[in-house]
Amino acid sequence: MEPPASGPREARESQGAPDEDDRGAPRAPRIVIVGAGPAGVRAAEALVAAGLRPTLIDEGRRAGGQIYRRQPETFTRSYAKLYGTEASRAAAIHQTFDGLLDRIDYRPETLVWNISGGRVWTLTGASEANLAYDALIICAGATDRLMPVKGWNAAGTYTLGAAQIALKAQACAIGRQVVLMGTGPLLYLLASQYLQAGAPLAAVLDTSPVWRRIAALPKLLASPQVLWNGLVLTGELRRAGVRAYTGILPVEIERGTEGGVAAVTFETARGTRHRVECDAVAMGWHLRPETQLADLARCEFVFDPASRQWVVGRDACGRTSAQRVYVAGDGAYILGARAAETAGSLAALALLQDLDFPVNESEIRVRHRELAKWIRFAAGLREAFPWPQPQAVAMSDEAIICRCESIAAGELRRVVRDTGAAEANRAKAFTRVGMGRCQGRYCAHAGAEVIAAAAGVGLDQVGRLRGQAPVKPFPIEAVEPAQ
Amino acid sequence: MTRPDASDVLVVGGGIVGASAAFFLRQRGRTVTLLETGLVGQQASGVNYGNVRRQGRPLKQLPLANRASPIWRRLKALLGEDVEYLEAGHLRVCHRDRPEIAASFERYAQEARETGLELELLGGRALRERFPFLGPDVLAGSFSARDGHANPRLVAPAFGRAAGRAGATIVENAFVSAAEKIGEDFQVLTRDGRVFRAPVLLIAAGAWAPALTAQFGEAAPITPRGPTISVTEPVPYSIAPSVTLSTPIESEVVYFRQVKRGNIVIGGGMRGPSYAEDRRAYVLPQNTLGQLRQVQRLAPALGRLHVIRTWSGIEGYMPDELPVMGASRTTSGLFHAFGFSGAGFQTGPAVGDVMAELIDTGATTTPLDYCSIGRFDVKAVA
Repeated sequence: MEPPASGPREARESQGAPDEDDRGAPRAPRIVIVGAGPAGVRAAEALVAAGLRPTLIDEGRRAGGQIYRRQPETFTRSYAKLYGTEASRAAAIHQTFDGLLDRIDYRPETLVWNISGGRVWTLTGASEANLAYDALIICAGATDRLMPVKGWNAAGTYTLGAAQIALKAQACAIGRQVVLMGTGPLLYLLASQYLQAGAPLAAVLDTSPVWRRIAALPKLLASPQVLWNGLVLTGELRRAGVRAYTGILPVEIERGTEGGVAAVTFETARGTRHRVECDAVAMGWHLRPETQLADLARCEFVFDPASRQWVVGRDACGRTSAQRVYVAGDGAYILGARAAETAGSLAALALLQDLDFPVNESEIRVRHRELAKWIRFAAGLREAFPWPQPQAVAMSDEAIICRCESIAAGELRRVVRDTGAAEANRAKAFTRVGMGRCQGRYCAHAGAEVIAAAAGVGLDQVGRLRGQAPVKPFPIEAVEPAQ
Repeated sequence: MTRPDASDVLVVGGGIVGASAAFFLRQRGRTVTLLETGLVGQQASGVNYGNVRRQGRPLKQLPLANRASPIWRRLKALLGEDVEYLEAGHLRVCHRDRPEIAASFERYAQEARETGLELELLGGRALRERFPFLGPDVLAGSFSARDGHANPRLVAPAFGRAAGRAGATIVENAFVSAAEKIGEDFQVLTRDGRVFRAPVLLIAAGAWAPALTAQFGEAAPITPRGPTISVTEPVPYSIAPSVTLSTPIESEVVYFRQVKRGNIVIGGGMRGPSYAEDRRAYVLPQNTLGQLRQVQRLAPALGRLHVIRTWSGIEGYMPDELPVMGASRTTSGLFHAFGFSGAGFQTGPAVGDVMAELIDTGATTTPLDYCSIGRFDVKAVA
């Protein structure tokens, strides 16, 4: 029973300014882009080309997003060293952004913590503000998709994404003996980046079996070059003599006497148990879109059976159900950084069309063709490196599922059984799973799988945790105290 | 056991009122069927701030609130589940620029004592020594030791489950589309075509009550409004009572409580848009910001914390902010209990108890004269 995502109600609640300036002249449409990764930068580029001056709001200190994250100004590593196979793409995005800088209103280190009444509500340092928009492009990106493993709350457990940020932004590894675990292209990209940086890898543990990759080859051939890059990465691992296993089942992340990570135990596909000593683990199973902002903007969501998650409902250009709200990049659907560039351009072109600006139709057709290739390739990746749903069903009762609130999988299962809470928000209300400061980013996907299995219902029936502002913790002192 | 479609009493609405009425009706041996549109305790009962406070209520409502107090104290034993009720007290304070409110605390304490509610008046150093987190602007306080707070997400569902274990039939996902009285029985139809019958019907449907009362020729002028609630990250448990700032200005009202887990729940200020027909309510960021401005004046140290979540819900407000409770004026066997105007959590269990008594015996020892649905007709005529 969701209301229509946008309509007269939002207009009633709206705080937006009129379409005219102080002197009564019509003003240029105010367009806000959230996120300065590949999608946001390409969207800004298309809008600037049409003569507009969009506002580009980004949480990061420097533009580039995650995969093309820029190192601090004082660091001097080369593009080849920092981005490996993605160096030329990274350079292109950074150059495009630098060229746009004086033609956009760029607001770095700014978090959009809420969207309401036709405004984005922002936080810069400890200072809050808000900004009205006529159209909004949300390029919020993605975070690692996680499957809890018993012991993953031990100090020294990271996400693959965080382990990569440590390398790019801080030029450090997460440990001296690192295990990388999970599945997906990032697992191998990160392994290669750690090797190149001279950081020792204790093991690379992939939960998907090799035969999946072979079966997915026809789809992966949609981008032979990216496929080749992947093969190069796995070849590097072999040559470097890194212990690499496929088709494994994680058993436990063991703690040492000081409480930190000491070892990872896992079972191979044949059922033999192994133990690898280490002092840090990074894990991740592909990515999940950051959808909270679209949720707050009252966009409708749809269940995507292929990736077993809820995503923002959108058309091929990124138009959502909410008036003049668009989504692009991995925040809309996980297709990777290159597809995000295409999707960012497409969303901006769609927006321009909707505002009656002249748009080159053939450019839109070209972008759609590009995107179709990446959609096919992403389907291949999903099949080659599947989300380990059986792991959720088999998860130890002792495994902490919600790290923020320290709730074990067994407790979640007990409540689902005892109270019949088979819907995600209901189970959250009773157990606190998803109620902590991560807003479900870490636990929601696996939690939904555990609920579905315990209640014997489909994952789509479990629903999704509703987005709640603030999307990240909001410092109370950002507001002046009343006098 | 009863057939699901026929019982002594049909309750429409599975909030704290309907669920506790079903529970207490079973204790009196009546067969009950409860129909809930969604899930028990999902609306106003489940999303409110969680205040279990008597003080500050209109004096005429204190007999009802006092009746609830001992029920809260034995709730864990009664329901067989912990609902995180902390009898840690309720502190009502005012700021220096409103000394007239401090005077009103004294008058209220005298009058409340006659109903059985003991309040302790505090000021100056005594107030600050006991509650060191209060800001320098706080002038005076009124402390109710035998009040406290509880987890609203747990209470109504626990009542529903306990009622179910006691033999009540709890039917969730049952949207009532029509209700009428045919002969001696009420006949209630759900949207998916199910029919339920009983000689007694209790409407406990909160903001959704007007559509039902209208079918019996009674107007219930309810306005749905959404509370503005925030919660901080957990910090070591150190603030025991629920604390409320008393002020006549709605935008300045603010209250907070700390749960055992450590999070501080903050409520008060302007309410947000709330759409009963869609079962959706929204928190407006400007209301959240206003609330955070006020809470720092009341307890400056809270400025060092982060808000990690905000929420709202759908509360049904009557024009005079007093509930409708009692028998229908048009239809025998029909009873009402709704319109608690954002203040129905503490009284909830007593409302269920009173309605069960009224239905079972035809009378109640708790005065309800101020709760008649007829008061709105009178206004219309005048």
